[in-house]
Amino acid sequence: MAQADASMDLDTGRETSLERMVTADGIPLKRSLKRAERRRKLFALGLVAPLLAFLLTVFIFPIGQMMWRSVDNPQIINTLPRTVEALEAWDPGADELPPEEVFAALQADFAADQELPRRQQGTGSLGVRLNYEVSGARSAVSRTARQVDGFAVPYKDEFLDAHRLWGQPEIWRVIKRESRPLTASYYVQALDREYAPDGSIQLRDEGQRTYISLFLRTFALSATILGLTFLLGFPISYYMSTLPMRQANLLMIFVLLPFWTSLLVRTSAWIVLLQQQGVINSTLVGLGIIGDDSRLSMVYNMTGTIVAMTHILLPFMVLPLYSVMRGIPPSYMRAAKGLGARPWTAFRRVYFPQTLPGIGAGGVLVFIISIGYYITPALVGGQSGRMISNEIARHMQSSLNWGLAAALGTLLLVSVMILYWVYNRLVGADSLKLG
Amino acid sequence: MAPKDHNDAFVAFDRVQKTYDGEQLVVKDLNLDIGKGEFLTMLGPSGSGKTTCLMMLAGFETATFGDILLDGKPINNIPPHKRGIGMVFQNYALFPHMTVAENLSFPLEVRDIAKAEREKKIARALDMVQMGEFGNRRPAQLSGGQMQRVALARALVFEPELVLMDEPLGALDKNLRERMQFEIKHIHETLGVTVVYVTHDQSEALTMSNRIAVFDDGRIQQLATPDELYEKPENAFVAAFIGENNTLRGKIESVDGQFCRLRLHDGSLVMALAVNIEGVGADSTLSLRPERVYLDVSTDTHDNVFEGDVKELIYLGDHIRVRMDVCGNDEFVLKMPNDSHARRLKVGERVNVGWVKEDCRALDPS
Amino acid sequence: MSQRLLKVIGAGSAVSLLAMSAAQAQDISLTVVSWGGAYTESQVRAYHEPWMEMNPEWEIINDDGSANALAGLRSQSEAGSVTWDLVDMLPSDAQLACEEGIILPIDHDEMLADGEDGTPPSEDFLEGSLGECFIPQIIYSTVVTYNRDMFEEGNYPETIEDFFDTENFPGRRAIQNRPAVNMEWALYADGVDPEEIYDVLATPEGQERAFAKLDTIKDDLVFWEEGAQSPQLLADQEVSFATGYNGRIFEAAEVEGQPFEIIWDGQVVEFDGWVVPADGENVDEVMEYLYWATDTQRLADQASYISYGPARHSSQDLVGQHADLGIDMAEHMPTHPDNYFAPIELNNEFWTDWRDELAERFNNWMAQ
Repeated sequence: MAQADASMDLDTGRETSLERMVTADGIPLKRSLKRAERRRKLFALGLVAPLLAFLLTVFIFPIGQMMWRSVDNPQIINTLPRTVEALEAWDPGADELPPEEVFAALQADFAADQELPRRQQGTGSLGVRLNYEVSGARSAVSRTARQVDGFAVPYKDEFLDAHRLWGQPEIWRVIKRESRPLTASYYVQALDREYAPDGSIQLRDEGQRTYISLFLRTFALSATILGLTFLLGFPISYYMSTLPMRQANLLMIFVLLPFWTSLLVRTSAWIVLLQQQGVINSTLVGLGIIGDDSRLSMVYNMTGTIVAMTHILLPFMVLPLYSVMRGIPPSYMRAAKGLGARPWTAFRRVYFPQTLPGIGAGGVLVFIISIGYYITPALVGGQSGRMISNEIARHMQSSLNWGLAAALGTLLLVSVMILYWVYNRLVGADSLKLG
Repeated sequence: MAPKDHNDAFVAFDRVQKTYDGEQLVVKDLNLDIGKGEFLTMLGPSGSGKTTCLMMLAGFETATFGDILLDGKPINNIPPHKRGIGMVFQNYALFPHMTVAENLSFPLEVRDIAKAEREKKIARALDMVQMGEFGNRRPAQLSGGQMQRVALARALVFEPELVLMDEPLGALDKNLRERMQFEIKHIHETLGVTVVYVTHDQSEALTMSNRIAVFDDGRIQQLATPDELYEKPENAFVAAFIGENNTLRGKIESVDGQFCRLRLHDGSLVMALAVNIEGVGADSTLSLRPERVYLDVSTDTHDNVFEGDVKELIYLGDHIRVRMDVCGNDEFVLKMPNDSHARRLKVGERVNVGWVKEDCRALDPS
Repeated sequence: MSQRLLKVIGAGSAVSLLAMSAAQAQDISLTVVSWGGAYTESQVRAYHEPWMEMNPEWEIINDDGSANALAGLRSQSEAGSVTWDLVDMLPSDAQLACEEGIILPIDHDEMLADGEDGTPPSEDFLEGSLGECFIPQIIYSTVVTYNRDMFEEGNYPETIEDFFDTENFPGRRAIQNRPAVNMEWALYADGVDPEEIYDVLATPEGQERAFAKLDTIKDDLVFWEEGAQSPQLLADQEVSFATGYNGRIFEAAEVEGQPFEIIWDGQVVEFDGWVVPADGENVDEVMEYLYWATDTQRLADQASYISYGPARHSSQDLVGQHADLGIDMAEHMPTHPDNYFAPIELNNEFWTDWRDELAERFNNWMAQ
């Protein structure tokens, strides 16, 4: 900092006099300074470059790709260029089928596609894409595309014979609407909205809204887990910070144990512990606290997710808290008491505020990690313990709607960034202390 | 045993003992009275028990045995926050998350003082330490000396009658430390508060204190005013710890009133003031300040005159430090004023040195 | 994430195995993707091991990736590096992959062995089992199973209707977390004829009706995701009923001795089989292997290790005894006349069209 100030001073204030100053071998001082600076910058760049390249390839590039996928929409325009053009004159608002030219164009598009080698044919992915919007579109496309060679004028009748869907204005509206290479439809769906027949966007029927409530649940669960890790982590961190190093390290091992246990071992341990025939329930029944027929459901539901994730994420809260607390000299508490504060006041006004950087760091870590967690909720969360990332994983792996998965992932990313921004405005990210 | 009479003392330690491990006493039988408005310094090497005493007085440590009285009342069972004692810590302990003004406000807020009143007091306290401009700064934005002033202002802002200072100047460089010494001294005189000050730096103690309690081995070795402590140390530890000191060892040959005669190990005979001796035949340590040793003197004017070899000369500007071999002690030092008629000595030269018996104190053998 | 990691590790070990096999003069190495567990085991013992014994220069590596086979095929094809040589997958996914051109079309009569009696493959394989790119292997069924210990003697459930009857047969029920099979059963239990189920299900009213029926047992439902979970939930007595794949249930009941009983009423039958990724490195070798591994005897052999029915007519009579237990396998097959009295044939075309919409709705319904 001081150095930067100094060089700024050199640049502005005394520029003219400096031009005349030269080093012993006659090179202007300023130029040789710049050369030295450049060498230093190159060296610094050399140190950072490998990590930068690594981040670019494994982090920034995939995220960019994900965001791209959430709007990428090539299927219709690539496979049905003639149809798209012919549909331009058609009014999607009117509740009637497009004219014969459009059917002729579709026939030509399908026929052209069938000519291509199999790998380059677009009807497969076209069917998948249209099926996201209209159920049945996939078999309509695949069945019709193979027959179009034999179609005769008027094509309209042939198409209506081939599949009932061609007789519904809805599919034509979708083709027209989604004919641009970029689409907002994945976001529309990810926000529990849908297109009305007139093209406006409206909220879905109550029974069909999924994602907003899932987002909210994810945030609520993460906040609960954050609260629990804080309640459990703060006292133990405080206690550890007052212990001699050796005992503190021993305790730390217990806190870190979940880190060192394989996921499967941990998961089976929770299940053994929490299930209806599990240790806790059997103990409670054995002690007569609950009846045999009213065993508690603690796993395969939200409780399971909360218990398991609190356990896993506790170290992320304890580590920064502990390291911040270790750095707070006991003299502050003494000073506060010496100045007349009761122990509780001294703790609240002097000790606690100084742990805020640790709480902030731990909180941000726990919250952001739990927002994106999906293995544990999938294993012990049942339905009520599912989080948005499980839904993203489902769309990645089983429903294979990668566009929707990408839109949900982007929304998740954006909401995390907004939260981080809010946190930064409220607390200041520079006060984070990770230890 | 009935407690001692501490009627006129503001702070009193009465037979206080302290142990941490139950085996070793860190403070052994401490008795100390501190008067109201006094500036008393606890001086001693580290581990001498001085800080423990301060912490017991502040309430952060409890005495294992004995009573500590404040204004005549025992305070052993009063928690620190109810003692109303101001304290300045070694590393200032300014709360880093509060501004300077908030730091000063803290002791006032916990005392439920109204806002307007608080602001007045804070402004006054900050002005007193010349930090009036800095109320909105955070401690991290201050220099060491500024933090020191703020810590001082915070300890004083709620107007305690007793202020404790635990090596408050230890982290400052020499010039700043000296300036702060005067400022603290000045504030003490202006406000008239009682100050108990802990330090291991004797010059700091000598500069500031009304009285100094020299600690060693869990005991007060001597409690006296700075001049008395320097000029009339009562045992070998105090003599060696305070100021520079020449030490000569020998046996008492005779005692004559308040004077005595010592036979040193090399056979020379020295006349000295009998301060702390056990009698004829006992071992004793002689203490002699370097500035009370003179060059080229005769037995006419000085009781003790010996020859010595000049071993080393160190030029210090206002005086020259001369190391010599005198009476078998080759660490014997004298200070030669660097005035216009100062003699030019050379290493290896043999000269007469002498001193009067009143300046030479016969103390315990140590 | 961890799955990707596993894949990387898998690919890494495949590479090192390749290197090793090169050193041992083993020229051919195939990566075969399947469902894992008892099912992969049956394939290893019926197909892979005998083949490797006959052809020591071959090596077959197993990969348990079939649960996400379509996702894997797509991403390998997009990345331009196809490491899978042979994939076991469901016909509906195979149809999708086929239309996307990422797996090879199959001319069954040309590429596969005739039946032992000389019947060409197009006639020897069970009706409706062949797909454009799909080589059927087994017929399996999804069935409702209960744990005998959870019910009183003499009051055992027998039908799908009983499964939906929480009054006479209380207890929790585990079903898979997807609409297929579950919605069929809901309609079946509600009185719809098995033949008409898909016609009803294609209408909004039919869908409402299925969800309404599912609503009646919703409070008692637990959802499972992976095939291995359902016998586990039953064994732990976490649930009284569980839906599951009949082969896994057989394994748990007969091999592990669990007190499980299958309700064959309303069993939902479907085929499962092989597909060959396009652009694989060993396509010729894979076809050579498949010709042998899907012949009459091999398909019959697999039935000795798991209770799934062979997909060829000519194999049916060759089904013998379980290789380890020595029990007759025929009566444990979904296709055995005693079991095949009220089957529902899974309609893949229906599900390719409706999966996107109904999966969304079903998911929503589960979450509420």
